[in-house]
Amino acid sequence: MNDQVERTLYMDHAATTFMKPEVVAAMAPYLSEHFGNPSSLYRYSGESRSGVETARGQVATAVGANREEIFFTSGGTEADNWAIKGVAFANRERGNHIVTSAIEHHAVLHTCEWLEKQGFSVTYLPVDEFGRVDPVAVEAAITDETILVSVMTANNEIGTVQPVAEIGRAAHDHGVLFHTDAVQAIGAMPIDVDAMNIDLLSLSGHKFYGPKGTGALYIRQGTRVETLIHGGGQEHRRRAGTENVPGIVGLGRAIELATADIEGHNRRIAAMRDRLIRGILGSIPDCRLNGHPTERLPNNANFSFRYVEGESILLLLDGRGICASTGSACSSGSSEPSHVLLATGLSHEEAHGSLRLTLGDANTEDDVDYVLEVLPEVIGRLRRISPLTPARTRMPEAE
Amino acid sequence: MYTEKVIEEFTNPKNVGELADADAVGEAGNPTCGDIMKIYLKVESDRIVDARFQTFGCAAAIASSSMATRMILGMTIAEAWNLSNADVVDALGGLPEPKVHCSLLARDAIRAAIDDFRTRGGLEPLERGSDCCCSGEGGCDSCPGND
Repeated sequence: MNDQVERTLYMDHAATTFMKPEVVAAMAPYLSEHFGNPSSLYRYSGESRSGVETARGQVATAVGANREEIFFTSGGTEADNWAIKGVAFANRERGNHIVTSAIEHHAVLHTCEWLEKQGFSVTYLPVDEFGRVDPVAVEAAITDETILVSVMTANNEIGTVQPVAEIGRAAHDHGVLFHTDAVQAIGAMPIDVDAMNIDLLSLSGHKFYGPKGTGALYIRQGTRVETLIHGGGQEHRRRAGTENVPGIVGLGRAIELATADIEGHNRRIAAMRDRLIRGILGSIPDCRLNGHPTERLPNNANFSFRYVEGESILLLLDGRGICASTGSACSSGSSEPSHVLLATGLSHEEAHGSLRLTLGDANTEDDVDYVLEVLPEVIGRLRRISPLTPARTRMPEAE
Repeated sequence: MYTEKVIEEFTNPKNVGELADADAVGEAGNPTCGDIMKIYLKVESDRIVDARFQTFGCAAAIASSSMATRMILGMTIAEAWNLSNADVVDALGGLPEPKVHCSLLARDAIRAAIDDFRTRGGLEPLERGSDCCCSGEGGCDSCPGND
């Protein structure tokens, strides 16, 4: 096997995306001539102010909200923290119980765990083998003390799309607020906060070809949310700090582009994903697809390969120029593999042997061919080293 | 995050495989921890004359396995027993801090093989210490008292 890097093939778009040229172009003036502070009174700052407000409108349009309901943050993590802590502390006299799921992003899970130390109680709902949360279980978990349900729109690791509208309805039927972390979903599926019964929604710019360090929280009008970042009067006095004007402008342009033609975009990406899935399942024995067979993000393919470990897979792929991701503990330095994969019922060995490939706008059918050529070699090679590999699966060395 | 030496040793590991006529076989780690190493030794007049390994694990585990089997070739049983994971890490030009424990896998497998060799020769096994992937910090299933 040739270890020379022949090309760089990026298939880790759930981790982050490149910035589109249109986004960079939209930001450029705000990195140079339009440097004014949006809070200043002189006319010179007017450009900065209107840049921020245009972006607010673009975000609002993308999720079916009013512009007054959009608040810019430093990213998805801050939006999740603000939504959950903000609702918890503002509604404390109404109750102290939160319902969430076992497969949330750590920005949600660790926030909930911290709230438990502050006297709140949290229910972490299990998921089925495909990673789906059951809306009936959500309803059953709600008590008189429940103030918030937080379930992600789509999972970042296995791509499973949740029945968000049903979960939101279950919450609303009991007068409970509903937050969803839509960080992976923006641009991948249509979002309408009214139709989907969403009260708070987190999003992050760099997941849809916008800049890093940008995000937003949608807060439905009239929702009681405590402020997290105190200071100046920015963002209607609800989120202090001088605005990241170039970042916000880039986020606005990026979300506009990402939501312009979701269906057409998905058709192309999902076709590549399906070919990738069919090709890998067909050519590599003792391998499974993680996540839901149909209710999944159009760009997500996640596999477990028996008898091998994920970090080793990543490094051999990296040697061939392919950028991917794994849920193995060994890639993060922690002792536990992905909480998401374990929650779907995978064994530790299967979770350690996981590989996530997430497609993006720059990927081509050629890229899919290249992965389909390289991956069986990589897995075969590691399986020849592994003591767990049964003889029937031990593929002979390729000529 | 890895040194070039680690990547080279991981990408082109030496001494991979089994020895059908091994005088000793040792195994360490478990799939829960995410790494398992199996080592096969051929011993002649107290010296290791051949060593092969099979490893399920991360790059650090595979590179350490390969390096350790190369290092013990020609060693006496006593010398091989005393090979520390620090020796293996040094030979690899260092490992990132969270990965140092992965090199314990090789030491533990070698010691397990030597105990197998002793047992086959009618001797008592030696005290090996902890066999777990997190060096006994209580972080894994095979930690003492953590079953």
